Amino acid sequence: MTSKTAALTPQAYLQAQSRWHPLEIAFWLATLLPFFLFPSYLSLASQIAITALFALSLDIILGYAGIVSLGHAAFFGIGAYSAGLISKFGWGEPLTGLVLSAAIAGIVGYAVSFIISRFRHFTLIMITLGLGLLAFEAANRAHWLTGGSDGLQGMSMWPVLGLFRFDLYGYTAYTYSLVVLFVVFLGARRLINSPFGLALRGIRENWVRMPAIGADSRAHIRKAFTIAAAIAGLAGALLAQTTENVSLESISFQRSADVLVMLVLGGAGRLYGGLVGAVIFMVARDQFSGIAPQYWYFWIGVLLVTVVMLLPNGILGGLSHAYARWRQNERA
Amino acid sequence: MSAPDNRPIALATRNLSKAFGSLPVARDIEIDLPVGARYALIGPNGAGKTTLINLMTGMVAPNAGQILLGGEDITALGPQERVRRGLARTFQINTLFAGLNALEAVTLAVAERRGLSREFWSGIGSHGEAIDEAYEILRKLRLGESCYQVTRELPYGRQRLLEIALALATRPKVLLLDEPAAGVPPEESGDIFEAVASLSDDLTLLFIEHDMHVVFRFASHIIVLVGGAIFTEGSPAEIAADPGVREVYLGKRKHG
Repeated sequence: MTSKTAALTPQAYLQAQSRWHPLEIAFWLATLLPFFLFPSYLSLASQIAITALFALSLDIILGYAGIVSLGHAAFFGIGAYSAGLISKFGWGEPLTGLVLSAAIAGIVGYAVSFIISRFRHFTLIMITLGLGLLAFEAANRAHWLTGGSDGLQGMSMWPVLGLFRFDLYGYTAYTYSLVVLFVVFLGARRLINSPFGLALRGIRENWVRMPAIGADSRAHIRKAFTIAAAIAGLAGALLAQTTENVSLESISFQRSADVLVMLVLGGAGRLYGGLVGAVIFMVARDQFSGIAPQYWYFWIGVLLVTVVMLLPNGILGGLSHAYARWRQNERA
Repeated sequence: MSAPDNRPIALATRNLSKAFGSLPVARDIEIDLPVGARYALIGPNGAGKTTLINLMTGMVAPNAGQILLGGEDITALGPQERVRRGLARTFQINTLFAGLNALEAVTLAVAERRGLSREFWSGIGSHGEAIDEAYEILRKLRLGESCYQVTRELPYGRQRLLEIALALATRPKVLLLDEPAAGVPPEESGDIFEAVASLSDDLTLLFIEHDMHVVFRFASHIIVLVGGAIFTEGSPAEIAADPGVREVYLGKRKHG
């Protein structure tokens, strides 16, 4: 330990843990770059922001509480279909649609959380996988409602705040998605640095000890899962609104698996892990599919295996480790 | 040497029994722990000492019998509810929050007791009282210096102390210590018991320990468990003089 941290009072130390780092500010400033540098890629940027939001929601339960889910796309899909149907049946106002869709996903998440909070490890993986498949097939079968494999058509979104129309270039889409991502991120950041966030880390670090310190882990897990489901629903709703359609893919196993890959790539249990993972994954997909449209997932596989083998805590974990060592060498 | 009998009973078991399949691991256990007791629970390996702690704390459900905390029947309550009522334990094998530092871990336990852990909108750093309380517990156990160190990087002996710190953060009336110095070199195990003994006089303690020197030094009363049943109990002097105990336990240990 450095003399600097030893001099801090315990309270000051814990306060310092949640202080904004200059790199964080740099990160958020960098999210504005696409407006200037890649104006023709704003649609992609919007999709990245939405995917990052989805990854952030998984990070809350997987990265912080250690609750593995292989069916997280169920909530993304519920949010997407909710937003789609709300718009299709005549209410095209984006913000209320967004909030309503997130609420619906959150309510479903709350119901499911009673099952989730009772299980761990392999059982939980199988349960979430099963629930995800169930949601997919339900959406597939309910052709009359969701359009099944044809996708949900006929959405029509009103301008955001009555002012900004969704344009072909994705200017509004990216602005809208980025603002929602940033606002939710601020909330998630608060949550993670709160006593509740500490309890979630406690569950991740030692599930057995929690009852022995008087903690009701199940109640914590139910709450975290509900919040994560609502945020996933929010991300799904954003995708539906900005693209004005919902495909079956939005609730598929593939999406659940992809978001897991992103989180592992970026570094689970770090607020920026999901965000960085989403950027890398989406840009890699865009680039690789340009090289070999049929086989782009091959390269994602290579990337995943390499990162997991070399950087067990993801890219951010590796970077922060390298940074800590560099700081140590500086001092020596 | 033994605790005064006029003290009220903090924790009691009545006819407590448990069998794993056909193997009985607790047979009609009747224990009375007076307030402020310093009781030792000894017995050969497999005698059911840890199982007894698991039964008392609700981590294992008994087949029959009752557990009374301050005269109240807590047999039907879950582990965390028992902790909230003042019955805490430590573990023989470190059961810590490996990735949290000592301060975070104890603050977590304090926050749980204070009901703060439902708060998700305030920063943990803004709860000064809880943090100060956590730090005070760590300081008392001489962990103040290493409180910013990640648990998994703490020296083993300090991890054993952190086990106790976590239990103390729940502000227990009764504390059950499962071999608090397990795996610690003999010259250090005294320090751990020293720390335990310096805790408040009102705290009721029951500890499992194999080292007889430590047991005789710190216990006011000894319960000998053999084959899931209470073999005998008494003051350290009585136990030391008991030829039966020598045979089942002390003698056996001398040979191996």
